[in-house]
Amino acid sequence: MAPLLELRDLRIHFQTDDGLVRAVDGISFSLERGRTLGIVGESGSGKSVTSMGIMGLHQGTKAQISGEILLDGENLVAASSGRVRELRGSKMAMIFQDPLSAMHPYYTVGNQIIEAYRIHNQVSRKVARKHAIDMLGRVGIPQPAVRVDDYPHQFSGGMRQRAMIAMSLSCDPELLIADEPTTALDVTVQAQILDLISDLQSEFGSAVIVITHDLGVVAELADDILVMYAGRAAEYGSATDIFNRPGHPYTWGLLGSMPRLDRERSARLIPIPGTPPSLIMVPSGCPFHPRCAYTGLTHGRCDTEVPPLREVAALDHEAACHLTAEDRIRLWAELSAGDIPAEAREISETDAEASSAGSGAAQAGSAEPDQPVTHDGVEA
Amino acid sequence: MIYFIIRRLILTVFLLVLVSLITFAIFFLVPRLAGQTTYQLAAQYVGRNPIPSEIKAVEVKLGLNAPLYLQYGRYIKGIVAGTHYNNGTDVSYCPFPCFGYSFRNDQPVWPQLISDAPVTLSIAVGAAVLWVIGGVSIGVLSALRRGTFFDRFSMGIALAGVSLPVFFTGLIALELFSYKWSLFPNVHYVGITTNPLLWARNLILPWITLAFLYAALYARLTRAGMLETMGEDYIRTARAKGLPERQVVVKHGLRAALTPIVTIFGLDLGLLLGGAILTETTFSMPGLGEFTILAIQNQDLPEIEGVVMIASFFIVVANMIVDILYAVVDPRVRF
Repeated sequence: MAPLLELRDLRIHFQTDDGLVRAVDGISFSLERGRTLGIVGESGSGKSVTSMGIMGLHQGTKAQISGEILLDGENLVAASSGRVRELRGSKMAMIFQDPLSAMHPYYTVGNQIIEAYRIHNQVSRKVARKHAIDMLGRVGIPQPAVRVDDYPHQFSGGMRQRAMIAMSLSCDPELLIADEPTTALDVTVQAQILDLISDLQSEFGSAVIVITHDLGVVAELADDILVMYAGRAAEYGSATDIFNRPGHPYTWGLLGSMPRLDRERSARLIPIPGTPPSLIMVPSGCPFHPRCAYTGLTHGRCDTEVPPLREVAALDHEAACHLTAEDRIRLWAELSAGDIPAEAREISETDAEASSAGSGAAQAGSAEPDQPVTHDGVEA
Repeated sequence: MIYFIIRRLILTVFLLVLVSLITFAIFFLVPRLAGQTTYQLAAQYVGRNPIPSEIKAVEVKLGLNAPLYLQYGRYIKGIVAGTHYNNGTDVSYCPFPCFGYSFRNDQPVWPQLISDAPVTLSIAVGAAVLWVIGGVSIGVLSALRRGTFFDRFSMGIALAGVSLPVFFTGLIALELFSYKWSLFPNVHYVGITTNPLLWARNLILPWITLAFLYAALYARLTRAGMLETMGEDYIRTARAKGLPERQVVVKHGLRAALTPIVTIFGLDLGLLLGGAILTETTFSMPGLGEFTILAIQNQDLPEIEGVVMIASFFIVVANMIVDILYAVVDPRVRF
């Protein structure tokens, strides 16, 4: 069966006064029904721009979009804005990061769900209201028939996100995009929301894209993972492969900066040195090379040649890096054993000095995923 | 919600009492503190060369020599129930609501206010309709087309509108449309009951002149509000639901952007109902504004007091309505 969603070489650029921002620069992936794709990366890696692009929410802005977004075989990039609008909310829906600001403060939760339902279904208000109550009940809101008339500010954060999910699922979408669905919530609620999303996914059979910088969330939900860096794919493969046999130094960095239960408490977290690049002046060659410790192993190719995303046979998934398969396997083996490979030692030592002079915590390094990945994220 | 309204009503009454107390103090207590005797005060009610006994009679009749708190009590009683004036031989009744007698013509103030109020009401309400429709729609269009020629052009005009005073735009309008091209000849006030068509025709110039000023202000406010709300997350949510752009703008964007407009509108209208002084004077419309000017020129204390009371009444009530409306519009305010 053809995948529900397929992206082919999607590029989304914005012309600004400072230059062309290459927010998304050649992303390809495919997603089948019932599967979950996790897109991870630092802030500014193009995760959200990609998801907004799929939803067609860049229409009417100055975004220049090329490539193909195939939803059930229909190319959304070429489709009319009216057609994309019809699909939005009905065939594909989205959950946003902060449910308080994402819901209109002046309308009741029920009215907002009713509105979403009635855009795509020709039903009376009464029927739509009943549906809204049903949906609220299904996402676990107690007393949905009462709470349906509440305003968003009368809901707690977790309930608001539940209501948001109820709203996005009200038209039975085949594709659900969750953009940082748990970032604004506290930890126990995060776990509930993640459970809810995966329960509803198996119930509705929809495909889900989870966008996050929290590797714990992806570990919980995703079947496949796309690691994005500077608007490009760094690594793409099944979740087990990416967690067990990551083949890209950036992914190593992300995993290394995340606390894990199977490590010594005293083990240092290793941050990724440097900061994410500007998307206007993307570094030549591999966009990650200025922050990469292993460029010495590739005979100078890293800063001249853009590594394509290609299958690494020994790892069984795709990565965009010039390192040889043997080098990657060796380096990851050392890293996952808690050692710092010789190539990275110099950098991590200067970094450790800098951080011990500061707060003392290894996390205080100059860059890491935009929020420290918490223990609880992994437990969840 | 009902408790909110009741609380607000009580506060409104309290405010009005406070206003009456302050105006009374200004007009009756301050002159006394400044050394004016009740005899001199009474002298203002009588003609140019009064006989002392006449003045004395007025002093007794109006109770000016009574303690101030009694006078205030009588003043309030007059406003809410009407009052009797008695100088021993001659009893006159000033019916509810009694704002006292004018110095100028010895007539009760209230009927004069009432006869002038429709003029002001006609000008203010008509202009308000124009400026809200014009200002808000121009503001919304400007925000949606930010940076285009339309946006720059209308914001330029708006800047002019805010900057130019009514007596300038009004006189230009009169000169061009009334005298030169005779589109609206002989502008003067005609009651709506006398001749509705003539009423409207004669008011078009004052409406447009007044609305121009406010529409400019409202266009800028609406534009700023819309630019802010259209960037909110819930607008993105509304689009993500698949809502047509038109509904996104009107139902989600404008609804939120209008909240501050509602507030300012109430205050502006309340202020104008107490007398559109410049507009009325420019177009020689005998409304509360013109009444105020005359009262001040004649130093007619009871008249000034009446005008102040009625103007503050409009403002306080407008404030109350705005507060209640605000709670209706924004559910977060209700609790």
